[in-house]
Amino acid sequence: MTTVNKTRGGDVIELQEAGYGYDGRALLSGMSLSLAPGSFHFLTGPSGAGKTTFLKLLYAELTATSGRVHIFGQDPLQLSRDEVSDMRRRIGVVHQDCQFLDHLSMRENVALPLTVARRDVSAEAANLDELLGWVGLAQQARSLPPELSGGERQRAALARAVITSPEIVLADEPTGNVDWEMSQKLLNLLVQLNKMGKTIVIATHDLNLIRAAKAQVATRVLRIVGGSIQAAGADL
Amino acid sequence: MTALLSPESGADRVVPPSGFTASLTVFSAGAMAFLAVFAMALSLATSRLADRWGAELARSSTVRISAPEEQMAAQTAAVVAILQTTPGVRAARALTDAEQTALLEPWFGPDLPLDTLPVPQLIEVIEDADGFDPQGLRLRLQAEAPGAVLDDHTRWRRPLVEAANRLRTLGIMSLLLIAATTGAMITLAANAALSANAQVVSVLRLVGARDRYIANAFVRRFTLRALVGALGGTALGMISIALLPKASTAGGFLTGLGFQGVHWFWPLIVPPLAALVALIATRAAALRVLKGLT
Repeated sequence: MTTVNKTRGGDVIELQEAGYGYDGRALLSGMSLSLAPGSFHFLTGPSGAGKTTFLKLLYAELTATSGRVHIFGQDPLQLSRDEVSDMRRRIGVVHQDCQFLDHLSMRENVALPLTVARRDVSAEAANLDELLGWVGLAQQARSLPPELSGGERQRAALARAVITSPEIVLADEPTGNVDWEMSQKLLNLLVQLNKMGKTIVIATHDLNLIRAAKAQVATRVLRIVGGSIQAAGADL
Repeated sequence: MTALLSPESGADRVVPPSGFTASLTVFSAGAMAFLAVFAMALSLATSRLADRWGAELARSSTVRISAPEEQMAAQTAAVVAILQTTPGVRAARALTDAEQTALLEPWFGPDLPLDTLPVPQLIEVIEDADGFDPQGLRLRLQAEAPGAVLDDHTRWRRPLVEAANRLRTLGIMSLLLIAATTGAMITLAANAALSANAQVVSVLRLVGARDRYIANAFVRRFTLRALVGALGGTALGMISIALLPKASTAGGFLTGLGFQGVHWFWPLIVPPLAALVALIATRAAALRVLKGLT
């Protein structure tokens, strides 16, 4: 077991000896850590180490096969499907492949969390436009996802992740398909969100991105090695 | 039903349009509605036939007198006298030679020399509402007119009414089977649509959509498709029934097949019923599939 941070009351996410495996093989095991509100975390590790799986545990797309994961103080295994959906509305996720609905415009895709929450999108049009402007996609609002570049899609995914002002933002390789300049822009957006009090977790291979973030905000770097999670050392 | 009627802001837009399953659903619902209209027409027509055959045959009987020519007139008069004093008999009369010739004409042609043939004398008996006691009447006829045989049409009436009743039951069973088949086909189409849109469903779940919201997007779409298809099929079915040949030209068993009077309103329940079946089938299929997802 590797304990990165002692658990304490009020943490948005808490893992206790959590693990995940399938077909009798443990991919992740013995993970214990807490994520405080407003904290900023990077998650690193070699390809296939389980970074994406770890993130999926944090928004209950996967459930721990050992130990416990508490999200906002609740164990997803104890929640109904509707309650899990409600919980996910408090978490914004930027997927590695963005996952848009290709038949909807970018504006509709970004507004999707509002739509599924049955909120009046037209009443929040001003916020939506402001958000699209914030991520630099005001001109692409009516474009379909396949018409956008990789960087634009990543920014749109970020906009969708934060449209409902979630308490946690999880990003899986958000700069994986973009150049350094765009990586910096995306990082700046995430740093701004963190300064608004959001808890940020970014899975990335990009050490330069981590160093750039450290220059702007207090961050904690976690590394997955051999199926367990540990704090990264001073090499970063 | 709320999901169907309420203007969902973008709820049904989240599922991409799928032309193939849409066309299949509309066609299937239309075809089933068309068949349902015919099954309904058959059921209603056989119901009327059963009532009519039962009522008409039950109200009339025949006495057949087979006697030597010299006794025929006397026995006929005796039988008519008996019948006129029998409780439950409203009228009794001996058929004329012309009427008997007309009855035999389909088999022997118009030039039948009735007077040269030993044809029995027929007496038509019309019952009143209470009817008569056939057993008692038979005994009296046996005593006073040995050549007279009473035929109260029971042996004709019973199988006819039974046949008509069975046809009516078959019609109702057909309607139920059509409803079940519609449900099954829409379930298959909904499952296909859910599989084809697995990625969409996954994204919706991840951004916080509840199962009911996702299901409603499919339910609304399939229900409306079934309604549109059933409206077309029902209209076509009703037009086809209306264009069936009239009884005067078709005759025979087809007499009265179709809708009469207020029965024309019955097919109008087919489209809403088809929509209801689609709603239930799609909701059940969608919720079952969604429960298998995280």
